[in-house]
Amino acid sequence: MELIDLTLIWVAIIGLGVFMYVLMDGFDLGVGILFPFAPNDDSRDELMNSVAPVWDGNETWLILGGAGLLAAFPMIYAVFLPALYIGVFLMLAGLIFRGVAFEFRFKADSRRYWWDRAFFGGSTVAAFAQGAVVGAYIQGFETEGFIYVGGAFDWLTPFTLMTGLGVVAGYALLGITWTILKTEGRTQQWAFQLAPWLLAIVMVFFVVSSLWTPLTNERIMSRWFDHLSWLWIFPTLTVAVAAWLMWRIRQRAEASPFIGSLILFALFYAGLLISQWPYAVPPDHTFWDAASDAGSQLFLLLGVLFLIPIILGYTAWTYWVFRGKVRAGEGYTGH
Amino acid sequence: MELDPVLLSRIQFAFVVSFHAIFPVFTIGLAAYVAVLEAIAYKTGDPVYQKLSQFWIKIFAVVFGMGVVSGIVMAFQFGTNWSVFSYSSANFLGPILSYEVVTAFFLEATFLGVLLFGRDKVPRGAHLFSACMVAFGTFLSSFWILSANSWMQTPAGVEFTDGMVQMTSWLQAIFNPSLPYRFAHMALASFITGGFVVAGVSAWYLLKGRHPETSRRALKMCVVMLAVATPLQLLTGDLHGLNTFEHQPIKVAAMEGHWETQTGAPLVLFAIPDSANETNRFEIAIPYLGSLILTHSLDGEVTGLKSVPPEDRPPVGIVFWSFRIMVALGLIFIGLALASAWQLWRGRLFESTRLLRALTWSIPLPFVAVLAGWFVTEVGRQPWIIQDVMRISDAMTPSLDGWMVLLTLIGYIAVYAVVFSAGVLYLKRIVDSGPDPIEPSEIGMTARPKRPWSAADIKPRPATDNPGA
Repeated sequence: MELIDLTLIWVAIIGLGVFMYVLMDGFDLGVGILFPFAPNDDSRDELMNSVAPVWDGNETWLILGGAGLLAAFPMIYAVFLPALYIGVFLMLAGLIFRGVAFEFRFKADSRRYWWDRAFFGGSTVAAFAQGAVVGAYIQGFETEGFIYVGGAFDWLTPFTLMTGLGVVAGYALLGITWTILKTEGRTQQWAFQLAPWLLAIVMVFFVVSSLWTPLTNERIMSRWFDHLSWLWIFPTLTVAVAAWLMWRIRQRAEASPFIGSLILFALFYAGLLISQWPYAVPPDHTFWDAASDAGSQLFLLLGVLFLIPIILGYTAWTYWVFRGKVRAGEGYTGH
Repeated sequence: MELDPVLLSRIQFAFVVSFHAIFPVFTIGLAAYVAVLEAIAYKTGDPVYQKLSQFWIKIFAVVFGMGVVSGIVMAFQFGTNWSVFSYSSANFLGPILSYEVVTAFFLEATFLGVLLFGRDKVPRGAHLFSACMVAFGTFLSSFWILSANSWMQTPAGVEFTDGMVQMTSWLQAIFNPSLPYRFAHMALASFITGGFVVAGVSAWYLLKGRHPETSRRALKMCVVMLAVATPLQLLTGDLHGLNTFEHQPIKVAAMEGHWETQTGAPLVLFAIPDSANETNRFEIAIPYLGSLILTHSLDGEVTGLKSVPPEDRPPVGIVFWSFRIMVALGLIFIGLALASAWQLWRGRLFESTRLLRALTWSIPLPFVAVLAGWFVTEVGRQPWIIQDVMRISDAMTPSLDGWMVLLTLIGYIAVYAVVFSAGVLYLKRIVDSGPDPIEPSEIGMTARPKRPWSAADIKPRPATDNPGA
């Protein structure tokens, strides 16, 4: 097996899985974050029904991320989860509340607003916790071998607070551009008004985190600033895409704002990977240190290479089935 | 105060996994039932099956939703609280849990969207296909997770070097010695649970004189299935017990309340096991029957708890009593199912008020039986997390403080209490409103089975506007 570096392949697969999760659950968490700001209750019905048929499949990518890490990079699994113990609990509690809100909200009659809050609160807390995980990954972890030896709140710093809020804003941007794509009339009008502001906020977080990250970490500083390299194409592209996105929102385009937001996320993600490569558990362990046995990586790889295209196929099919605008009276309805 | 993180982690894991387990055990059975209803409705165009399916899909959606969100917790619990165990066994458990995600979770989660919301958006065949994929996904998922669990009970196909699991045979590890029995026992438990819930709700409707047409049909289907499944469960349970006797004799000793290794062991019916004095108090036992059941011979040798030092024994009382609760409930299920089948055969089931009432009251019982069964198998293998290889106390995350575990334990209890009470309330509302009535215009459709696919066109559109997309 010397010819093929399985670890590298697994970095790509897990990277793709996490990216799929961020994009797909990103927009439906974003819809939850925007929930209380929608113009009226009918809009909220539309927002929820626009993601109701697909959110469950979206969230499955998170479980794949968890199980895939255990299979391919057990050290990441065994260090990140203990280190982020309280944060993981908050994320799970958030996902529980927002997940059951889909089923419960439309059956709750007069108590419906409680589940509106659960949907908003749960989505926001989950998004924030995921952003804090990204921040903690950049910060690094105190380890001895595969054992985390830091404290319970090492992950909670001004820097991770910032990345947490940044991801909340980013998911909200994905959510609002999804709303533009899937709704019309009053709801879409509202989304068009809110989208430029959210884009501006996201770009502020982009600039702040781009400056703050190298300042906290010499390794990342030297990667980006030692000599002007081709890497700078990524921030340049980010700014260009953001400008195009703003222009398309102004033009009242329906599909390209969502596509533009997806591309923005792809660029943020690329920037993060470039900064961290090749560290799986910074500052000490690379992906190769964190890898499981080659035999285990291979055993799962065979199945995954066969199954992921099938999963992508039927996922695409359901998105196609539920294509087009959401209308009142579709999906869940109040009884 | 010094809090013991190992004990608290065990309580936390027991709580989250027990809470999670009650949902899949129901949805596996119910998903299969919905798929059967959809298939009959597709084939015959009979609106009764269509209404039944629509009704049970509503129940399914709520229960499945609670199962999904509590299941996500499980995917992370291994890492947060048991990271040493996760890391050590990652070479096996990682791929197995990942296969569960890619073969089963995606299937059920994705096709669930079409099953719930796609009835008017896809061809009828595609909708039926989605129902089958959801059922298949839930079933497949139980295979993988039971393979992982069985491997922890009866490890095979691996070597342990430097505290790490190294694979020697994937086939032996996946199809480890206790998997077939555990899988059969659990699959039947799912069908029995689903069957008793559907039967109980239908019986309740019949008692109230509501939805008689659909309820009779549903009750009949369930009673026939249960009359086959419940006796079969006794058989698989017995085989599972013999398999446990072979591989985990100390667990069986705790189940049976046997302290001494002896030939001609009795079957203990009642006792209060006393671990401190290594004996049973107030024991009522039938001589020789224990050996007869376990070894199929009157003077067969049965291992006792005292054959291992006290620190290698499970807490006897919990295992002993959970086992008796499970078996007693199983026998009650057989009695109920056979009595119902007998009355059905005589054409008197729908008028047997007492039997209908008993079926209604037994709705929660299969859940109790399933949890009791899991208590037997999980508490019974203590103190091992991987039988004879790794102890629970060596598996825990080293950086955990007792207070962190306590805080999140309280958090999970609070969150689950809210979610569970709301879920039960909304399930009750769905049951109260019942299946949709059959419109007079739909009744003629049964007479036209030649072109079942045209039924979708005949069916009156819902009052709300349809996009016709």
